[in-house]
Amino acid sequence: MNSGILTLALLDGVSYAGMLFIVSLGLTFIFGVTNILNVAHGSLYACGGYATASIGLWLMGNDGGIINSIFSIIAGTLLVGVIVGLILEYLLRFFEKKPPILQLIITFAFFMILEDVQRLIWGTSPYFVSTIVGEMGNVEVLGVFYTNYQLIVLPGAAVIIYFILNWFLKHSLLGKKIVAVTHNKEVAVGMGVDAKKIKKITFIIGGLLGAFGGALASPTTSMVPGISADIIVLSFAVVATAGLGQVTGALIAALIIGIFRSLSIYLYPELEVVIPYVIMGTVLLFKPQGLFTVEKARRI
Amino acid sequence: MYKASVRAKGIALGLAAMLSQPVLAETPPTEFKLGITTFLSGPASVFGKPAAAAAELYINHLNEDGGILGVKIEPIFIDEGVGGDRLLSEYRRVVQEEKANAMMASISSGNCKSLVPVAEDLKIVNVMWDCGTEKIFEEDSYTYSARTQANAVQEMLSSVVYLLKVNPDFKTIAVVNQDYSWGRDSWDIFINALRAMKPDVEVVAELFPKFGSTDFSAEISRLQVLRPDVILSTSWGGDLDTFVQQAAQRGLTRSSQLVLPLAESSLERLGTALPENVIIGARGDHYFLHPKYKNDPEFSGFIKEYKESTGSYPIYSSFHMVQGLAGLKAAYEKAYAENNDQWPSQEQVAKAFRGLKFKGLTSEVTIQADGQGVEDQLFGLTTKSKEYPFMILKDVMVMPGALFARPLDAGKGTEWVKTLNMTKFENIENLAE
Repeated sequence: MNSGILTLALLDGVSYAGMLFIVSLGLTFIFGVTNILNVAHGSLYACGGYATASIGLWLMGNDGGIINSIFSIIAGTLLVGVIVGLILEYLLRFFEKKPPILQLIITFAFFMILEDVQRLIWGTSPYFVSTIVGEMGNVEVLGVFYTNYQLIVLPGAAVIIYFILNWFLKHSLLGKKIVAVTHNKEVAVGMGVDAKKIKKITFIIGGLLGAFGGALASPTTSMVPGISADIIVLSFAVVATAGLGQVTGALIAALIIGIFRSLSIYLYPELEVVIPYVIMGTVLLFKPQGLFTVEKARRI
Repeated sequence: MYKASVRAKGIALGLAAMLSQPVLAETPPTEFKLGITTFLSGPASVFGKPAAAAAELYINHLNEDGGILGVKIEPIFIDEGVGGDRLLSEYRRVVQEEKANAMMASISSGNCKSLVPVAEDLKIVNVMWDCGTEKIFEEDSYTYSARTQANAVQEMLSSVVYLLKVNPDFKTIAVVNQDYSWGRDSWDIFINALRAMKPDVEVVAELFPKFGSTDFSAEISRLQVLRPDVILSTSWGGDLDTFVQQAAQRGLTRSSQLVLPLAESSLERLGTALPENVIIGARGDHYFLHPKYKNDPEFSGFIKEYKESTGSYPIYSSFHMVQGLAGLKAAYEKAYAENNDQWPSQEQVAKAFRGLKFKGLTSEVTIQADGQGVEDQLFGLTTKSKEYPFMILKDVMVMPGALFARPLDAGKGTEWVKTLNMTKFENIENLAE
């Protein structure tokens, strides 16, 4: 393997990891705070992508400027993230005291419903609006053309989201309350934190992250029926590798999976499909709680 | 005595009545129940939905003209997207409980493979209206099933021939196909045929990304490093759209000639994201601007009606559906005539399919003795259009299907294509407008 291939695989891997991280982050964030494994997170990605493409098409048809594209990404994210996030949170309220497995089944049921909702609204034809990618132009690295969108926007957005979320959790009052509820809900409530409000906000943030992943992906990929299932399985691989609830861990796991996946395409393409799961399996074999899980205080 | 005499007369009359009728005469049904499997959900619904829309339109037309032998057709759609076991039980249910008169299955080759033996068990006529695997009739023989279009061998062989006609001097090729049986099998046929006709060709990369991939970034980077002269992709639906989009965005299509044998179905969706001079195939001669038929009233009337009702132009699966229905009607008419103008049995209809010649909306289709259809193959190069907001085809060639059909005694298609050379295809003419 020469350094050229390594560089190219790194670039491809980082770009892929950027989008993967943003989606996985929403999943791990919701789990970290509420202990709910949200299967419907894949639908947030799909609906975010579909909504962005639809708004883009409505605004500008197949041509239009960067500003319109950015607007459609933001509008698609907000619309889907807030609405779907809140509906899901409302549904789960009825099952708050039930075992976690039932809550997981509820999210799965919601995922199935949203699959049909997508078919109802957007039909079965692939959707995409790639204006922004074309307008942002290309850059040449070692004789290979990349789009600026994949080399700058996707990884850039992931890094910005990572720092904003870290700052929010560590330095803002609301973030500190979320961390408090995550560590010990009973004590946090005893100290005056409104846990219901925190849960609602958590679902909105998680929803926004899922929808934002889809919105960012929509200019480079076709939104098709079934895309929700693909992304949720991949996100689970990232989150399980990192350890559930780990923000920095998700970033590193997404990078590991993204880069190894690209390398496999150069060196042994047959392995591409299984790489995320080989990594996840290997990690879980040696660290069943994931790479970055921290010790938790035992609650009696 | 009187009673006995009456009974004897009755028996005699009954026997006489039975003997005066042909033994196989059946009573025509009051309505012709037709079970149709198609993808109404899942990624392949990009083919299934347009096909279902075409079925509804065309069945309305057939019913206005008297249906099948004067009996109106009542379609029962079955979703192929529900998965193997459920599809199988739905298929059985429609035949046994709904008492279907004929079945049309299916889009997926995997589903055809599992449903064709079931049709044999149930002794029901089954029209394979879209699936492409050549293995069904090569590995087994079936009585009740017939295919009303070409198979993968005809489609891949004709793709190779068109490629060599428009770009005979290329040296290297790479493939980016979906990682499932169609992606793998179609590549085997294509490369076997290509190596037979152009032995010096070098395969520089064989990439089979996961079915439903959303990111081809690393594949595209690798192809840009390798710079193959030609890139083949028999992918379809969202996978094809995403690959073409990402390849065009990164300039891969400037350095390599794309060959996309199924991309007629993506032309309208891809708009101008599809670059110029990409080789496009149509799994048969199915194209809404078919140079031979675009002024034909039946063809143009159907295109107009389809566009008005769905908002899009019909794609090859829509044409295959029409072809399946037209084939079934023609087989019934042939069997009826052969049965002294009596309603035919399932066996008679199945037999009538063998050797049948019929026409859907495009060129005439012939069914071989084994049940395999032979249809013409249309290819072209993409070009911009002032009239349409998407790429249309130039340098269109409609190649005679008979040239690409494996002779029945020639063994397996993947092996047969290795014995060919370009002299067989020298006389194919351009049908450019």
